[in-house]
Amino acid sequence: MKTDYDVIVVGAGPAGSMTAMHAAKGGARVLMIEKRQEIGSSLRCAEGISKKGLDKVEIQVDRRWVSSEVAGAKIVSPNGSVFRIDERQAGDEVGMVLERHLFDKAIAAKAAHVGVEIKLKCSATDVIMEKGKVVGIKGIDNGEPYKLTAGCVVAADGYESQVARWAGVETKLKPGDITTCFQYRMTNLKTEPDYCEFILGSTAPGGYVWVFPKGDDTANVGIGVLLSKLKRPGEVKAYLDKFIKKDPRLNCGQPLEALAGAVSVSVPLEKTVADGLMIVGDAARVIDPITGGGIANGCMTGFIGGKVLAKCVEANDFSEKMLMEYDAGWRENMEERLYRNWMAKEKFLTLSDQTLDSVIDTLSTAGVDKMSVFNILKAIKEKHPELVKEFEDLI
Amino acid sequence: MKVNIDKCMHCGACVGTCPQNAVYLNDVVLTFNERCNRCGLCVKTCPVGALKLEAKA
Repeated sequence: MKTDYDVIVVGAGPAGSMTAMHAAKGGARVLMIEKRQEIGSSLRCAEGISKKGLDKVEIQVDRRWVSSEVAGAKIVSPNGSVFRIDERQAGDEVGMVLERHLFDKAIAAKAAHVGVEIKLKCSATDVIMEKGKVVGIKGIDNGEPYKLTAGCVVAADGYESQVARWAGVETKLKPGDITTCFQYRMTNLKTEPDYCEFILGSTAPGGYVWVFPKGDDTANVGIGVLLSKLKRPGEVKAYLDKFIKKDPRLNCGQPLEALAGAVSVSVPLEKTVADGLMIVGDAARVIDPITGGGIANGCMTGFIGGKVLAKCVEANDFSEKMLMEYDAGWRENMEERLYRNWMAKEKFLTLSDQTLDSVIDTLSTAGVDKMSVFNILKAIKEKHPELVKEFEDLI
Repeated sequence: MKVNIDKCMHCGACVGTCPQNAVYLNDVVLTFNERCNRCGLCVKTCPVGALKLEAKA
């Protein structure tokens, strides 16, 4: 049977655009739909990424979507002591702060340049299944109901991860694996413009407060709190407002933008493919459970997934068996790291403010020259082996 | 479920958190379907406190 498209990608974030682009490059007829009226908006991101994360997926850095480059990171303990990681050569977790609204459009444009068709204000409301296989989607396109068939539907619908669930793949998260976030883009701040700052402890239970520079006296000031640590509605915003109020570098600032959202801090999905279905990016739960960073991992899933889809088009076979090459590919790339960081997260959220103070104190004296979770864990393993005992083999 | 539209930021945090997949966000409008079993997880998740469980009719 002739389908309307070889591939329909639901969601035009970086993971969706990367999948669409690489599938189309390999000859697939691709439609990418976005329910919002603008790609890259509304934003739900702190916008930090490493250069390496982009290099790996062959995205060349373009100054137009880089807001600022950072010289390093500052990890601040509950008592205010600072563990500073300086590096001119940016490392794994941070390095640049993006303009996501421009970055997302730039990646979508790359997809368009290789033939991907894009529809805006076009939502998916369900998948179409036949004999247990996904064969298309239905939804609303600018107010009009539609049905479209495809060899493969790509679930790139982000944290919401509904497409996979409609198709029968469970993507449910435990409250201990969900971080709820709120962020202001603020200006007139007195923070250091060259450093990404992470503030730990009970100011952000199970998460952290971040200050990511956006040039001059402007920064993304945000908070993530673990859902299982929340008690009252609206508490996340209240935690951030309270923190800003008492910090003299921040309380002189004014907001330019406010945004909310949630991220998974879980292990990845056990299964990211089914007959006629591929799950990429945040929808596949590939966000780093320690940093909450998901742009690079999402791009990587799309980079791998798109290429596998091109092969499926050539073979005219979108079976789970054929798509498994994608599942195996991204796991090979990042699964061990995601498990290790999830175990680290589980451990660190049990630590008291006093323990965090002492860990950060010893780290400052030990010194870490390269900014990556791995390097920090390695230093902790040397100085506080008891904290990483359960997963020391992974460090 | 009662949505305070003056507070809601259309972020989708409740959508992804819902264990029943009962919430739908169509760009800016949140809707809850019959799968909602009033577990209240979305109320706690909402970063800005825009959701409230209504008393049962």
